Amino acid sequence: MTRQKRSHHKLKRAVAPYLYLSPSLLIIGLLMLLPMATVIAYSFQNSAVLRRDPTFAGLKHYQAIFDDPVFWASLWHTLYFTCMSVIFHMTIGMVFALMLNSDRINPTLRNILRVLYILPWLFTAVIIAVIWRLLLEPNGVVNSILMQIGIIGSKIEWFSSPETALHAVTFANIWAGYPLFMVSLLAGLQGIPKDFYEAADIDGAKAYQKLIFITIPQLMPIIISISLLDFIWTMQVFPLIWITTGGGPIYSTEVLSTYTYKLAFSSYNLSQASASAVVILLISLGLTLFYIRYQKAR
Amino acid sequence: MTFRIKPAMLKIAAAAWLIGATAAMADTTLEFTQWWEPELPAGSLRKIMDDFEAANPGIKVTLVSGPYATTRDQISVGAATGTLSDVVGLDGAWVNNLNAQGALADMNPMMDASKFDKAQVADIIKVDGKAVMFPVASFVYPVFVNLDLAAQAGVTKLPSTRAEFLEAAKKMTHADKNQYGWVLPLSLQTPSGVQNDMMSWVWASGQSMMANGKPALEGKPVVDMLTFVKSLNDAGTISPGIATKTEQEKVEEFVNDRVGMMIDSLAHVNLIRKRNPKLNFDLIPVPVVENYTGKRGLPYASWGIGISAASKHQEEAWKLVQYLMSEKVNAKLVSLANAFPGNVNAKPDFVTSDKAFAKAFEIFKTGYLANEFTGLPVAEDLMTQFDVQAQKMLAGEQSPEQAATAAQKGWMAKF
Repeated sequence: MTRQKRSHHKLKRAVAPYLYLSPSLLIIGLLMLLPMATVIAYSFQNSAVLRRDPTFAGLKHYQAIFDDPVFWASLWHTLYFTCMSVIFHMTIGMVFALMLNSDRINPTLRNILRVLYILPWLFTAVIIAVIWRLLLEPNGVVNSILMQIGIIGSKIEWFSSPETALHAVTFANIWAGYPLFMVSLLAGLQGIPKDFYEAADIDGAKAYQKLIFITIPQLMPIIISISLLDFIWTMQVFPLIWITTGGGPIYSTEVLSTYTYKLAFSSYNLSQASASAVVILLISLGLTLFYIRYQKAR
Repeated sequence: MTFRIKPAMLKIAAAAWLIGATAAMADTTLEFTQWWEPELPAGSLRKIMDDFEAANPGIKVTLVSGPYATTRDQISVGAATGTLSDVVGLDGAWVNNLNAQGALADMNPMMDASKFDKAQVADIIKVDGKAVMFPVASFVYPVFVNLDLAAQAGVTKLPSTRAEFLEAAKKMTHADKNQYGWVLPLSLQTPSGVQNDMMSWVWASGQSMMANGKPALEGKPVVDMLTFVKSLNDAGTISPGIATKTEQEKVEEFVNDRVGMMIDSLAHVNLIRKRNPKLNFDLIPVPVVENYTGKRGLPYASWGIGISAASKHQEEAWKLVQYLMSEKVNAKLVSLANAFPGNVNAKPDFVTSDKAFAKAFEIFKTGYLANEFTGLPVAEDLMTQFDVQAQKMLAGEQSPEQAATAAQKGWMAKF
């Protein structure tokens, strides 16, 4: 083989993988990178989208949103909503997974519970929002039950009161999201070798010791992975909050997604909306990098 | 079997294609983007367009239809990219922004050139002196009263003033039975409650929220309205859940006998009847301040129409606008939509066949259409800002005066 042929062959070998990847790369580029780059570009323009000849604005729109107290309130609400959701998704998911994995529960009852527990996962965000709006409305079932058993003395406007609205939407989101943890942890529980528990029984370990020293360490990779993914997804929740409260009352449930939406479609300030979207992107990107590094380390 | 194409057949086919192609080239095709078609009986808007095409040979109309929100986004993007349809359905809340983008044509020269009778139209929406929109169909917002609840509460005379309204609302309220006098939807998701359920009190008494083209929210009319709404709330007459209530929920509560009175679109009359055929209700104008005897402003939402500044067929587009605004066609369109006409001479058929609509038409004829949000910049954002301040007031965090001052400050920043 001549030298020229060899180098041609080498080039072909080097290029071939990229040719195989090119359809996927093209789709990712068109559907993800291009829109992202466009939004980033908009965030540096005056009157983005609304004018055919937008001018360069520098960091003006970032400055404007950082000076807006509603933005900081939205950031705080987003963090509260996300952290509480992830913590309770994990806790409830773990409790239900342990319950469904237990031999002490009758198999028929276990199957019924399995179906019941997974139900919230089957509903779309709109349905969940409508269900909870009906349940938590001032004349709804929840107030009626709580008043009958004497926990509250008068009707509470769960979604309409600034004191309770954020907790109420967080509660609805917790209800909607725990099945993901439950299913993942149940799969993990079924993969833990029984020998571990038998050895622990021989050593006289109590139930809580088996949970702390065997179950949780064995499930830790799943817990961390799912928690990180849940954190990223929950940070971007929009329809549930939009339909239940619209970010109100008085900005009390305004989160970054509703804040950005209002800037874009209520104020028609697409430049500032883009700047806000870029901030969300950066936060999500930070978490994603953390997730990737964790996955690599494993 | 073999099939031979004879030369004569080929010639006929070629001639037919040539005639067709020439005819197609001679036609002007107008694109008409609106959200009306899905809200009208199936095929009815297309039928009106077919009639227009028959009356105007050489002009074809392509309807681009979608839900309201989609149409709004489509028009915003079209205005920015210079691809706006020739004729566009408009909401008064959009026109200021679209005009600022230079997207809407001034219809003044077209009216002058065609000697269009301006007196025949109910309103012409102008921004910076440019005529940018005609309301084709108007959906007015009277007060709906549940007559059975009113009778049970001993309300014999339906309220005509704010004080009478407050009294009636108090009498109709029985919180223990989940029954309230009035309903106020102030959800931030759709802040139109500010326009329809709050500012309508100002306009009804012939007052204004503006002065010299600028917001005047700290003026007596708006502060009085806020004080009045607060008094209704303090008296416990408003159905709970105000801050997250939507217009749809407002109607549901009325339909289910849970509120005695609501301000709502006339377009919902048939929906209310369908949802609760037994509901005994009447329509009255929005009550006014004491001793007011002038004409009453009637809040309304409208299907507006305008022409794209980028259209290459403005002459033909103007023909379509004129056609839709003409007496007979306008009457036909609004009859289908259960709306009031954009042409003052048009009389929709439902006003003679239906008592509720006949009553509303009387209210419409004795008052005037009033919606000061039409033509304002970022109207929805202004409503949101006012909504937040009203919510703070109703939550007891501030007085009506403070709410008005805070809203004024926010609005001024947008002007």
